[in-house]
Amino acid sequence: MTAPTETPTGLSASAESQRWLEQLGNDGAGRDGAVTKLHALLLKAARFEIDRRRADLPHLRGGDYEDLAQQSADDALLAVLAKLDQFRGESRFTTWAYKFALLEAAVKLRRRAWQGREVPLEEAAWSTLAAATAGAGRGAEDAELFAVLREGIETGLSPRQREVLVAVALNDVPIDVLAERLGSTRGALYKSLHDARRKLRTALRERGIELGLQGEEER
Amino acid sequence: MSDSQTHGDGPVALARVLGFDQPELSCEECFDQLDRYVELSLAGESADREVPGMRVHLDGCPACAEDFASLRDLVAVDRGAEG
Repeated sequence: MTAPTETPTGLSASAESQRWLEQLGNDGAGRDGAVTKLHALLLKAARFEIDRRRADLPHLRGGDYEDLAQQSADDALLAVLAKLDQFRGESRFTTWAYKFALLEAAVKLRRRAWQGREVPLEEAAWSTLAAATAGAGRGAEDAELFAVLREGIETGLSPRQREVLVAVALNDVPIDVLAERLGSTRGALYKSLHDARRKLRTALRERGIELGLQGEEER
Repeated sequence: MSDSQTHGDGPVALARVLGFDQPELSCEECFDQLDRYVELSLAGESADREVPGMRVHLDGCPACAEDFASLRDLVAVDRGAEG
């Protein structure tokens, strides 16, 4: 739980969150006003996300953007209202609600950006893998690293693991787009990606190759 | 995509292929904790200690990393407007 802070309404963050829950959860006339206010909040978040990604969708017109924002806010509103009992008060209610609108907008935009585009073939991934291994700073051992990884991808992974790793990690296909094409979910595909990565790390270790990859610094 | 990592930078590109040898959250767990993690990050508190496995997941999942960056920036704009 973050430290108590005052919101623009003058209420503490937790009191304001509690007020949102009470207004959205009751059956009286106040609920309609709260739902309208929540939709406006979600629409603001959806527009924020769309503005960030305008450069990815140069062929879309202004009306398309607004339609996407409205659809995202509508879908997020349904999600938020259905999950009110899952709000644990570990953040402001508005922060919790925003994430649903941002997700809806982001997924719709990624899918729109890939509409009509084919997922690149596996063959296209090898040049990316070669560039990645060449940039690993291992000098003469870069070729060995490439060979072990390519062999691991071609023979050590299940077909689904290979498909997800090649598309997401090498060909930059957004995981939501791949999930839609494969009739799966982001979470299920990420599990396949996670398992594929672990197999490749194991294959490298078995060949005595240690890369010491570390995540970013702590936030 | 705006916040995704790009290929051509060897260690970053390799990390996208190999991930990290550390425990990490799933995409569902990441979404569940995202609002809390963002507020801790913006408050200057140790978000990574409070939400173990989140940072490794964000480093390995471009889509979740984009969602994190969007929520962080939107909340930061709100807080800025509050003065």
